[in-house]
Amino acid sequence: MTNSRAPLYFAFMGMLILGVGIFESWNNALFILNFGLISAIMALGVNLQWGYAGLFNVGVVGFVALGGLSVVLTSVSPVGEAWEAGGVQILMSLLVAVGVIAGAILGWSRLPKNLPRGLIVAVWLIGGFFAFRALFDPAVAAIEAVNPAQTGFLGGLGLPVLIAWPVGGLFAAGVAWLIAKTALGLRSDYLAIATLGIGEIIIAVLKNEDWLSRGVKNVNGLPRPVPYEIDLQQSETFLGWMERIGADPVTGSTIFVKLLYAALFIAVIVLIVTLMQLALNSPWGRMMRAIRDNETASEAMGKDVTARHLQIFVLGAAICGIAGAMMTTLDGQLTPASYQPLRFTFLVWVMVIVGGSGNNWGAVLGGMFIWFLWVEVEPISIFLVNTLTSGLDATHPIREGLLERVAYLRPFTMGLILLLVLRFSPHGLLPEK
Amino acid sequence: MVDILNALVAFTNFVIIPASAYGAQLAIGALGVTLIYGILRFSNFAHGETMAFGTMVVLLVTGLFQSWGISLGPLPTALLALPFGIAAASALVLFTDKTVYKFYRRVKAAPVMLVIVSMGVMFMMNGIIRMIVGTDDRRFADGERFIMRARDFKEMTGLSEGLAIRTTQVLTLVVAVATVALLFWFLNKTRTGKSMRAYSDNEDLALLSGINPERVVMITWLVVAALATVAGTLYGPDKSFKPFVFMQLLLPIFASAIVGGLGSPLGAIAGGFVIAFSEVTLTYAFKKVVTYLGPEGWRPDGLIQLLSTDDKFAVSFAILIIVLLFKPTGLFKGKAV
Repeated sequence: MTNSRAPLYFAFMGMLILGVGIFESWNNALFILNFGLISAIMALGVNLQWGYAGLFNVGVVGFVALGGLSVVLTSVSPVGEAWEAGGVQILMSLLVAVGVIAGAILGWSRLPKNLPRGLIVAVWLIGGFFAFRALFDPAVAAIEAVNPAQTGFLGGLGLPVLIAWPVGGLFAAGVAWLIAKTALGLRSDYLAIATLGIGEIIIAVLKNEDWLSRGVKNVNGLPRPVPYEIDLQQSETFLGWMERIGADPVTGSTIFVKLLYAALFIAVIVLIVTLMQLALNSPWGRMMRAIRDNETASEAMGKDVTARHLQIFVLGAAICGIAGAMMTTLDGQLTPASYQPLRFTFLVWVMVIVGGSGNNWGAVLGGMFIWFLWVEVEPISIFLVNTLTSGLDATHPIREGLLERVAYLRPFTMGLILLLVLRFSPHGLLPEK
Repeated sequence: MVDILNALVAFTNFVIIPASAYGAQLAIGALGVTLIYGILRFSNFAHGETMAFGTMVVLLVTGLFQSWGISLGPLPTALLALPFGIAAASALVLFTDKTVYKFYRRVKAAPVMLVIVSMGVMFMMNGIIRMIVGTDDRRFADGERFIMRARDFKEMTGLSEGLAIRTTQVLTLVVAVATVALLFWFLNKTRTGKSMRAYSDNEDLALLSGINPERVVMITWLVVAALATVAGTLYGPDKSFKPFVFMQLLLPIFASAIVGGLGSPLGAIAGGFVIAFSEVTLTYAFKKVVTYLGPEGWRPDGLIQLLSTDDKFAVSFAILIIVLLFKPTGLFKGKAV
């Protein structure tokens, strides 16, 4: 059944985007397409965790943000002066922190039970905390003092920006491993709150640790994997192409750049979906679904449920991290304040549920469709309000009031769609086979 | 000796008083979460928005009263408007229950399904609230602002450190104590309260003994709406009303409920104060206190702040994890669905 429905839905989705191109502008259509593709990848990550294994992750925004950070740390040129001022000391303080925590964990498990173990570990942790701060604080002050208006941070490694995508996946995977190690033994609600918390913490770090990410001062002008519009407009070859198809080179160049991005994103999606489909149809995928459907039975069959959960939680987070890195690359800037859970956690959940949890094509479709609505709900409602109130004066209070409130229809509509789908079609647009 | 007193006053002024007020707000918020968890058996992500909705109605009615010139003298007018907020929030949650949650109870959906459903409800409430009041910062400002001003305290005691007590802080504690007392009286002494506890402890047994589940659910929602509105209204005048703040409050509130043990009302209160005191203590700059306690004329170089103020989410979360590592169902033995 899915086989016959999926192409139909994707054709419809394509028509929606074409419609935006025809009625609004091609730039807008490609904007929706590109962010839709990125949203689809986030949805694939959540689908891996929720659809395959039933793990409830409400910290998507954190993993996406880590992907964003990876772009800065990989591709921005290093700030030499800042490194001299305190780079080595920062690294040392972080090593101390890791050492203290590792020591505490080792101490807790290795110390003989007859000693006052808790007290020893607590003293060790408190001492370690002050040692860390003694190294960390002056280094941060030194780094942030270097040219704060322009830099004030360490910068990155100056590598090509495409490398940041897998690196973003690795960052997210690393953090996911840490959470999973501590929280996966707990029940589903506890895991949900644990991920909610870690998401908030990652955003707080990005906003406040200026030495790392410039905080709310944002990092602008990130390198791009595709040519700049302005260069295209001066390139003989490109101008030649535009002349041949009779297009305006300025609009043409912006569309060409967006198409290049779309091609890159589609390549990533194809790769991830292929891998996920292979995994889903392998013995590993069957085991995952068996664990999801009946943990106790799977455990009785000798499956290590916690280890499998850890594995899939890390993989799903890695996919969200890759999506985050791609999004920051497309934006060309890191703006920590823009990471809102409503948009990057809860909206992704709407995508997965509406698309059909457990079905990868469903996740892709849900990601693109919900993103389309998220963008288009506002213009569509403005159009409706304008049509309905066309008899009224342009400054009439009712008309103005309605137009002012239209922006908030977004969350309302998303909630309504989620509730309607859950109620009347709980398996989503493309149900799991 | 005077220095020790000064240090104590500074500590009371900047840590104990604000943390107590914040703790009371969290505790009442967490009570709502914990009741829903105990009786309806899911973590309600829409709780923050329920708080925001009730508070918004209180805010609007307060504005109306102020424009009519009705006031409580030194007390905030918001107290008069509170019943209207509770009524509106009750109507909203009962409506949501009828149109949304009831279906999932009937088909006996998995608890995690209800959590996802509550995300949808959260989105819709979020949109409705913003459509009504927008996203601007609003203040309840009226009534007497201070019970004790820092300058008056200095004159009274002759200490160099002032102690300021805001009306909202005292009011928060008084209202919180009254609310909690009322709630516990209701749960422990009344017939309805007892049937609610029975239902929470063992659903099947409660059904056998003739308790009407739909009535228990309805009363739970009413109690939760009242708690949410009170918590939100206490938080509102203490800080200010901004719709998105209530969504951010969700993490510390969940953390409080979980640290105390989900489903345990006593735990929710303990959890609220544990989280609030840890947050405020760990992010307070102890420079002043340490200066008083140290030798004459000596001042520490740094702020002696353990964590930056922006890390308060990290604190609630860290405490949550630490407690769960050692007591997987919270301090007061919560339940596991």
